[in-house]
Amino acid sequence: MITRFLWQGMDRNLRLCVLLILAVGIALPLANLILAATNPAHVPSWVLQLFGKYLCYALLALAVDLVWGFCGILSLGHGAFFALGGYCMGMYLMRQIGTRGVYGNPILPDFMVFLNYKELPWFWHGFDHFWFAAIMVVLVPSVLAFALGWFAFRSRVTGVYLSIITQAMTFALMLAFFRNDMGLGGNNGLTDFKDILGYSVQASETRAVLFFASAVALALGLVISAAVVSSRFGKALTAVRDAESRMRFLGYRVEGFKLFVFVLSAAMAGVAGALYVPQVGIINPGEFAPGNSIEAVLWVAVGGRGTLVGPIIGAVLVNFGKTWLTGALPEVWLFALGALFIVVTLVLPKGIVGLWGQMKTRSQNRKARAPA
Amino acid sequence: MHFLRPLSVLLSVLASLALAGTVLAADLATLVGNLTSGGLSEREAAITALAASGDERAAPILEALGAGQLYTRTSDKLVVIGKTDGNRLALTEAVSGKPAGSAVEADLERVRVNNRLRGTIEAAVGSLTLMSPNARVRLNAADALFKRRDTSALAALDQALAAEKDPRIKRAMSEARAAIVLATPDSPPAQKLAAIAVVRDRADRDSLGILKTVAAASEGEVKTAATAGADSVEQTLAAWQMAQNVWYGISLGSVLLLAAIGLAITFGTMGVINMAHGEMVMLGAYTTFVVQEVIRTSAPHLFDVSLVIALPLAFLVSGAIGILIERTIIRFLYGRPLDTLLATWGLSLVLQQAVRSIFGSSNREVGAPSWMSGTFQLGQLNITYGRLWIVVFALVVFVALILLLRKTPLGLYMRAVTQNRPMASAVGIRTPRVDALTFGLGSGIAGLAGVALSQIDNVSPNLGQGYIIDSFMVVVFGGVGNLFGTLIGAMTLGVVNKFLEPYAGAVLGKILVLVFIIMFIQRRPRGLFALKGRSVE
Repeated sequence: MITRFLWQGMDRNLRLCVLLILAVGIALPLANLILAATNPAHVPSWVLQLFGKYLCYALLALAVDLVWGFCGILSLGHGAFFALGGYCMGMYLMRQIGTRGVYGNPILPDFMVFLNYKELPWFWHGFDHFWFAAIMVVLVPSVLAFALGWFAFRSRVTGVYLSIITQAMTFALMLAFFRNDMGLGGNNGLTDFKDILGYSVQASETRAVLFFASAVALALGLVISAAVVSSRFGKALTAVRDAESRMRFLGYRVEGFKLFVFVLSAAMAGVAGALYVPQVGIINPGEFAPGNSIEAVLWVAVGGRGTLVGPIIGAVLVNFGKTWLTGALPEVWLFALGALFIVVTLVLPKGIVGLWGQMKTRSQNRKARAPA
Repeated sequence: MHFLRPLSVLLSVLASLALAGTVLAADLATLVGNLTSGGLSEREAAITALAASGDERAAPILEALGAGQLYTRTSDKLVVIGKTDGNRLALTEAVSGKPAGSAVEADLERVRVNNRLRGTIEAAVGSLTLMSPNARVRLNAADALFKRRDTSALAALDQALAAEKDPRIKRAMSEARAAIVLATPDSPPAQKLAAIAVVRDRADRDSLGILKTVAAASEGEVKTAATAGADSVEQTLAAWQMAQNVWYGISLGSVLLLAAIGLAITFGTMGVINMAHGEMVMLGAYTTFVVQEVIRTSAPHLFDVSLVIALPLAFLVSGAIGILIERTIIRFLYGRPLDTLLATWGLSLVLQQAVRSIFGSSNREVGAPSWMSGTFQLGQLNITYGRLWIVVFALVVFVALILLLRKTPLGLYMRAVTQNRPMASAVGIRTPRVDALTFGLGSGIAGLAGVALSQIDNVSPNLGQGYIIDSFMVVVFGGVGNLFGTLIGAMTLGVVNKFLEPYAGAVLGKILVLVFIIMFIQRRPRGLFALKGRSVE
């Protein structure tokens, strides 16, 4: 039944897209592992790491799009869910270091020894098991989203106000995680990871598997999102986006719709963060910065909000541009990013996918007119 | 007779003053003469006698004596003060204070003192300043004695206390006397009790220290009284501490008010989310920097008015850029607040990077004019002039803005457009123009805020980012579209923040405030003072 539910959301384009993501997820790691370094088709490890990062960003963008594009909730705090997922994974990875840390303490991570902790804080218990960490990766962001959404949607905090309180939330979390007393590494964050599930995080095989896992997670996220938005539930969701009061008058419990999609989206962002951390090798409070969340919104806007493929395209393109520009012309990057924000909102409200759609209808119109 | 009394008092005072002057002048010469003659023991008596004369001219003579600068000229036995001037000594007559040419050391005989005499001289100078006709000097002398608790000065202090007329100085002197009494272990308990009462009424950190020492060192009645006194001082201190916190809170609140008030206009009355608002503040701060640079290089004497010059310029710079932004970007996005948010965020990135490219990413030095530096004491409140001016400035800006909105045609148009745009347009108000001017006004006020913030914050390209979230919190908390709400919101958040800080630390305090606002918005989604009626969508 679940398969049917998942399958009904897929149209031809989406199926193609999922296959493409999976193909990339298999091909790139293989090209890295099997082909010799001299082979022109060989993919260097740093490229693999970079694209692994993009895949996580794409999943985050998809999560933002699910609430913004389909439900009209502009969250400026999705970076917080992403970072929380990342911290959960980071805590697992810290516990795996064991005695290989600088201080060689079998239980306490290095920074705790350094800060004179005598025992593990209560919330670190259980993170030595992968399954526990994996549950927490989904659970922690979901619970936060549920708590925030429960109150906010019930008191009908909408639009700009919601954006501002989500921004305040991520800002408050950033300040909190910067504190050393928080027991999560303060402003250095969590880093120096060694193993994941017994395999070295530095090994190229592990990296290949992580890349593949990110691709699978993205594909899965896409399938789930597609199923949600194309179901009857999804139709109601779009209606909430377009005319919330009318839906309420028609007898729908708008809060419930919003809350479900907000929590789902937060969980997806958490998973994205969890996959991001082992590939990048560090998680620190900077990930909570409000700017990061707003940038994620930009990816969605560039790709095309309210479409499922758009955010993925947007995330990959913008981040590719970022990598390239910050390397080649560092001063120009912020100008370019800022200009992108302005241009997209002014000229391309539907993003690249919308532009593509416009061009297609125009050429169809021309074709239709031509014989006449 | 009644009306004659003040006159007679005046006359007698004048007469006694004149009399005292002549008598002392004659005395002084003899006393100074005694200083230079005789052995060291006679010298000590002479010093004490000179000090007892209470003549203000005696103080520099004694100081010179202590510093080894008092000489007798060999040629005419004149007592002179010699200050080194190149190879020679510049001389002044000790008694009259007139210049007396110069001489080499060989022509002079130094009036010798030893260490014991130096101690006597120091005490003598202290008691002399207690008798000085200058009120400020007397006050400082009394305060210094309170801190030094110099037992030997007790007699001089008693004498000065008896002569003192100014109640403020009198109090300072009796406090000093009490401190000395308490510092003397063998003073009688009755005196100690009285002294404890005096010190307790002073109620500051010093008196707390004194009382605690006394409580620890003594027994019986004195100990009880000292302990009770220390407790009472502690309570008073706590009250002052609270007042100080309120002041810090108001100070922080006025900074928040300055940063948020421009936002309250653009966000509150136009519904525009201007994420680049912080950058307008930053531009104002950089304008101040540029103005000060120009003044430093071309007209250094104008430095004290640099902020006054910078204010209108900052308003114009930020306001003009604001109008430019409105005309080129924001006017296409009315009715799409979330898009405005993204576009202005992009704009803020561009502005930050532009400033970084022009001025560099490091902090820029903006100096404080002399009238903004320094502190003063109000009771036991420490108030820095800079903070005081910022509070005043924030309130002035606030009042000016209220007047602008209430009393001018532009304000009328703004309110009309805010309340009902189509109707305002229908009666002939040029709404696009009003929009542009409103946005310009909001941005210009942000520029003014930048001038003030340049005094207390680092002027760097990131200046604005630090304020944007706080400003939004203030506006949302106070109630969108309500300037009084913004005022109260800013002050409340400022004071709450400063009260949390001692208990929770600065960062945790800030987090708690943010969480509080998030919760608060759930309860009252439209803020403290919500607009009611049709204008609320």
